[in-house]
Amino acid sequence: MSIDASVFQGLSWNLATDVRGLFAYHFMGNALEAGTSVAVLAGAIGWFMVLRRQTFAGHTLAVIAFPGAAGATLAGLPLLLGYFGACGAGALALAGVSADRGGSHGRESAATGTVQAFGLGLGFLFVQLYHGLLNGLQALLFGTFLGISDTQARTLVGVSAATLLLLALAARPLFFASVDPDVARAAGVPVRALSFGFLLLLGLAVAATSQITGALLVFALLVTPAAAAQRLTSRPLAGLALSIAIGLAVTWVGLALAYYSIYPVGFWVTSLAFAVYVVVRVVRR
Amino acid sequence: MSDAVTLDDASVQLGGHVVWEHVSLSVETGEFVAVLGSNGAGKSTFLNVVLGLLPLRTGTARVLGRRPGEANAEIGYLPQRRHFDGSVRVRGVDLVRLGLDGSRWGVPLPWRDGDARARVHQVIELVGAGAYADRPIGALSGGEQQRLLIAQALVRRPRLLLLDEPLDSLDLTNQASVAALVQRICGEEGVAVLLVAHDVNPILGYLDRVVYFAGGTAVAGMPVDVVTSETLSRLYGAPIEVLQTGDGRLVVVGVPEAPFVHGHRHVD
Repeated sequence: MSIDASVFQGLSWNLATDVRGLFAYHFMGNALEAGTSVAVLAGAIGWFMVLRRQTFAGHTLAVIAFPGAAGATLAGLPLLLGYFGACGAGALALAGVSADRGGSHGRESAATGTVQAFGLGLGFLFVQLYHGLLNGLQALLFGTFLGISDTQARTLVGVSAATLLLLALAARPLFFASVDPDVARAAGVPVRALSFGFLLLLGLAVAATSQITGALLVFALLVTPAAAAQRLTSRPLAGLALSIAIGLAVTWVGLALAYYSIYPVGFWVTSLAFAVYVVVRVVRR
Repeated sequence: MSDAVTLDDASVQLGGHVVWEHVSLSVETGEFVAVLGSNGAGKSTFLNVVLGLLPLRTGTARVLGRRPGEANAEIGYLPQRRHFDGSVRVRGVDLVRLGLDGSRWGVPLPWRDGDARARVHQVIELVGAGAYADRPIGALSGGEQQRLLIAQALVRRPRLLLLDEPLDSLDLTNQASVAALVQRICGEEGVAVLLVAHDVNPILGYLDRVVYFAGGTAVAGMPVDVVTSETLSRLYGAPIEVLQTGDGRLVVVGVPEAPFVHGHRHVD
């Protein structure tokens, strides 16, 4: 009880009161709005990413988001521009690399890894040049829910809605091209264009997700719910729905725990996602 | 007019090399034809010509009464491929469904879904995969996977089926049972089938005709006429002996396996 008292602050231990308490502050409303849209987006895009075995590409885009955001802060540009600009450019570059190699994802990993390391170094330089705010560095890498502005929340909702619409329109050919590329190509599916387009959507999703979870913890929402869902069911629609549901649950509970505790949101979201994954692994061997 | 595929004095080249020339053949509706020959003799090239992916250098080709590539909606194609490994968590029934409407954009209309499901169910029953179609494809054996892939190629009711080495990863029993299945489909559905194979023996009893690619050309006909010492020796330009075992199996002795020794000539 003494641990609880020091970690969780302001909890009345009455669920209704505590849930109402979450909405007492405007910033928390923004955080929930942004978190919800990001969780839905990451759950859906992540399901396809895991299916396509492109988690390394996703991770690279997440790492690139960091110098993007740090560079934008340094240059006095909007943070949103930094995130989306860097991830968009990164997605284009990755698509270029994979087109070079005939679309195979095995051999490009060395080049991708090199870019990752360079991206992290560049981001660290930007943060140093900005003279320090260590708080800022921490938020960029490990996430925050305190500083989400109205514009940011609204942009994230808009980006998520647009990305999900595009994903729904392309869902069947994308699924076909992901599991059975040779036959899909013979059936007239533009496999290469879809692969390119998917990387762009992945870049958008990563840029959106990093703003809540930070660049390094994107995977908590992008990979873990999708991986757990694919263990639980091999039905595509049920899997997508489960992936989104796990992402939402993890985000909501994580935000609430972060609000009432002294631990950061990034820690809660990753720990909850990890717990879900471990339980699924144990239950569905 | 009932010919599914016709080639007339056709030749084709890849990267400046003539793969084969002077090939004339016809495949009729409902016929089960095996496409044979050693590696690099141009069997998959032949399928690419039929699909319209590779233009002829000389000669003419007709596919289902049209020019190659124009009738692809009525062709079911099973490319040469590897096994789905255990990590592929996609159900067989979803894979078959992709063959039906996987290339369509947008969200499927719920009130049309019943017909699609019925067709998928029907074709899965046709290939005898009903018992395991709901399991992840990666968890199935090679023979089970191959049946589902044939169902995928059949689901749009094609008039021509192109199967590129579907028997390659299967054991002898499964090779024969898949060949029996293909023969049954030919009869029941009236589909012409071109099946690329390495070894004629497991499927010999089910075939209508063979096309044998070797020596830079091809000969088509009944298996007993084509797979003979005389024909193969002429094709390869080297002495080849075909022996018949007591149970009717054919053994080809002395086939030059080096793919580029024969059949590739420079074009200047």
